[in-house]
Amino acid sequence: MTDPAPLDAAAARARVAEFVAAHDPRTTDPAAFLGARFDAGLAWVHFPEGAGGLGAPRALQPTIDAEFARLGAAPVQREGLVIGLGMAAPTILAFGTPAQRYRYLRPLYTGEEVWCQLFSEPGAGSDLAALGTRAVRDGDSWILNGQKVWTSLAHRARWAILIARTDPDLPKHRGISYFICDMHSPGVEVRPLRQLTGEAEFNEVYLTDVRIADSQRLGEPGEGWRVAQTTLMNERVSIAGHAEPREGGVIALVTELWRTRPELRTPGLHDTLLRLWVDAEAARLTKERLRQQLAAGQPGPEGSAAKLSFARINQEVAGLELDLLGGEGLTYDDWSFRRPAGIPFAERVPGFHYLRTKGNSIEGGTSEILRTIIAERVLGLPAEPRTDKDTAWKDLPR
Amino acid sequence: MSADPVPADLDLLYDDVEEGLRASVRSLLADRCPWSAVLERVETDAPTDVALWKELAAMGVAGLPVPERLGGAGATLRETAVAAEELGRAVAPVPFLGSAVLATTALLAAGGEAADGALARLASGEVSAALAVPLATAPDTPFPQTVRYAPGAPGSTSSPDSPADGRAASGTLTGEVGGVADASTAGILVVPAVGADGPGLYLVEADSSVRLPVTSLDLTRPLATVRFDGAAARPVATGPAAADALHTALVSGAAVLASEQLGVAEWALTTTVDYLKTRYQFGRPVGSFQAVKHRLADLWVAVSQARAVARNAASAAVHGGPEAALDAALAQAFVSDTAVLAAEEAVQLHGGIGFTWEHPTHLYLKRAKADALALGSADRHRMTIARLADLPPAQWEA
Ligand SMILES: Cc1cc2nc3c(=O)[nH]c(=O)nc-3n(C[C@H](O)[C@H](O)[C@H](O)COP(=O)(O)OP(=O)(O)OC[C@H]3O[C@@H](n4cnc5c(N)ncnc54)[C@H](O)[C@@H]3O)c2cc1C
Repeated sequence: MTDPAPLDAAAARARVAEFVAAHDPRTTDPAAFLGARFDAGLAWVHFPEGAGGLGAPRALQPTIDAEFARLGAAPVQREGLVIGLGMAAPTILAFGTPAQRYRYLRPLYTGEEVWCQLFSEPGAGSDLAALGTRAVRDGDSWILNGQKVWTSLAHRARWAILIARTDPDLPKHRGISYFICDMHSPGVEVRPLRQLTGEAEFNEVYLTDVRIADSQRLGEPGEGWRVAQTTLMNERVSIAGHAEPREGGVIALVTELWRTRPELRTPGLHDTLLRLWVDAEAARLTKERLRQQLAAGQPGPEGSAAKLSFARINQEVAGLELDLLGGEGLTYDDWSFRRPAGIPFAERVPGFHYLRTKGNSIEGGTSEILRTIIAERVLGLPAEPRTDKDTAWKDLPR
Repeated sequence: MSADPVPADLDLLYDDVEEGLRASVRSLLADRCPWSAVLERVETDAPTDVALWKELAAMGVAGLPVPERLGGAGATLRETAVAAEELGRAVAPVPFLGSAVLATTALLAAGGEAADGALARLASGEVSAALAVPLATAPDTPFPQTVRYAPGAPGSTSSPDSPADGRAASGTLTGEVGGVADASTAGILVVPAVGADGPGLYLVEADSSVRLPVTSLDLTRPLATVRFDGAAARPVATGPAAADALHTALVSGAAVLASEQLGVAEWALTTTVDYLKTRYQFGRPVGSFQAVKHRLADLWVAVSQARAVARNAASAAVHGGPEAALDAALAQAFVSDTAVLAAEEAVQLHGGIGFTWEHPTHLYLKRAKADALALGSADRHRMTIARLADLPPAQWEA
């Protein structure tokens, strides 16, 4: 605001160096370090001052992240923060009031407050706009009733981004409003939902007469679908600040096995391995090209493809890993109904890899829906005729 | 044109110089090489458009990687790859691959006075050249053995022509090579041959050989059988240097060919998408049917990946070395399949019209399939990957 000179890469690096000199990453408490980084505007540089940024070009963020890493302050795997960092933060930035930004962004960034996403419902998944959780105005607040499902992290979350129906008489996209929900409010009940891995990463969330202050609304009443678009746009493969090396992804699970266990090799699996290696490299280079486009300030539409490719590659790698292992693949670590213990994916048993990656083509928008999005938004192909767009939500068949 | 090194962190993009080159090549081709003209020409006995080649040469396209001191553009294989993309997009019947890529990179790798003399003639467009190997030759094929070199002046039975640089011949070539691309219109042949001292790379004036055109699958890239009966020849490289120069040429060719294939794939995708937006059946654009949309979305993802992979191979080819060979193999393994799929989808999704001679799609199908076989099939390149990325095949235990 006071400094009109735009920040360039050299100046950004200098700021990072200055910051790290003042806050030694080896001796500063990690949360305090992140808090200070937020206050210095180096959390997400394109956010405004006071909201963790400097109002600088977004393209500088990879430079900043790389410089932090170079100076020994690489972000540790911030497990549990994906929804807050990836979805809640950009939405709060785009639609939040200054007071909302001030309240939520800093603890979200430092990891002191975990977020979850209360979007999907039993009757509304791909067709999210069909959701039926009701929010009814009551003076300065809203009263919510309904059920959400597949909610990852709900059991650890302090806050949720939530969409609910505020006007059932309007067509479905128009009667939705967007809220920030306190997961500690009375009437919020979180029940673990066990998935096919045996664990419960996600939950069912029952909302019974939950009261949310109107000051917790993001965007205007009835504008929730538009706000949710911002959230969903950001729900895609995050782009790293640095180039990933060859075999940097899940493909390493099978290349390592192939190199170290010659007795497992067969001609057919060799062909499968080489095809997957090629596909994994193609996906890696595409992601790298996307990163370069962002760095050069010319973002391309390839982002929507990344999740589609990685879902397929992850699943095929995990399938090949079991095929290679044969009898050794017949065992599993633990079927007990429990919360995930935070063990990194690569360190889990191959059976877990196989099962967990099945979710990759469902979570965050199914592969079928992503293909439709690419066809319509990137290729400009016409939408299918629809009967649900102009009908009042309450009259839709279900 | 500048040959400034592209920063490694932006090497998958196109820079302004490359975009400028693309625009000029594209506009010349739009003017001089519409598909209808290509279709008409390929059934005559002069399928190669020599006049167009001279115009492209005047723009620098005949000698992009040739140094300026030899009359070339002083650019790199990255710019060469951009030209290849545009020529592929137009299925232009010009000797770019044989002359400006394969023969040129062989001569550049060989170096020396004789090679320089030939490069100057190629870059100016005075003549074109061909590399006398079967077009299907993969980079890691053993050095060809079908042509023999014998030292000593050509006998009275051989051609009276002097060798390519106008000096006295040092020996003669005898033998035959099948399936050589761009040989019929070439003025100069670059010929791998073996003599008493091992492998060598030789320059021959093309009209001192016998060239028998064969009917090629790809109408836009003529092939010929080339026979030498004691043709006057001058060495440009001998021994390991000759084998290295040939290998470099084939690796560079494979890398640049991937960009040509990308151009073919982009044409097929774009043309098909455009057609399906306007073709109505069942009262709606065919492109609004999901079964069709999802196929096109998958194709778009593959073409986006092909772009990253082809750019990566071109950048790697500029630097050479073992990484270049691996990246070229990766590009061929991925982009060959993508271009063939794109062309096959184009035929299928155009319906009956796509099966006719009077529609351009078959030109692209033939180019795509022939390109997939050129310089080694995708499977052959996966074997190269197995070797270079240390993913060895299964061994039978004795
Ligand atoms: C591991 C995991 C974590 C998740 N975490 C969260 C979370 O934290 N918060 C949250 O809100 N949600 C979460 N989800 C929910 C997820 O977003 C939904 O499951 C997903 O959007 C699909 O919705 P659905 O399950 O209702 O399937 P449906 O929409 O019923 O789809 C069923 C099948 O039909 C296909 N289909 C549907 N519509 C079409 C169409 N128009 N054309 C073609 N095919 C179609 C789908 O692709 C799918 O194959 C999570 C899911 C998983 C698996």
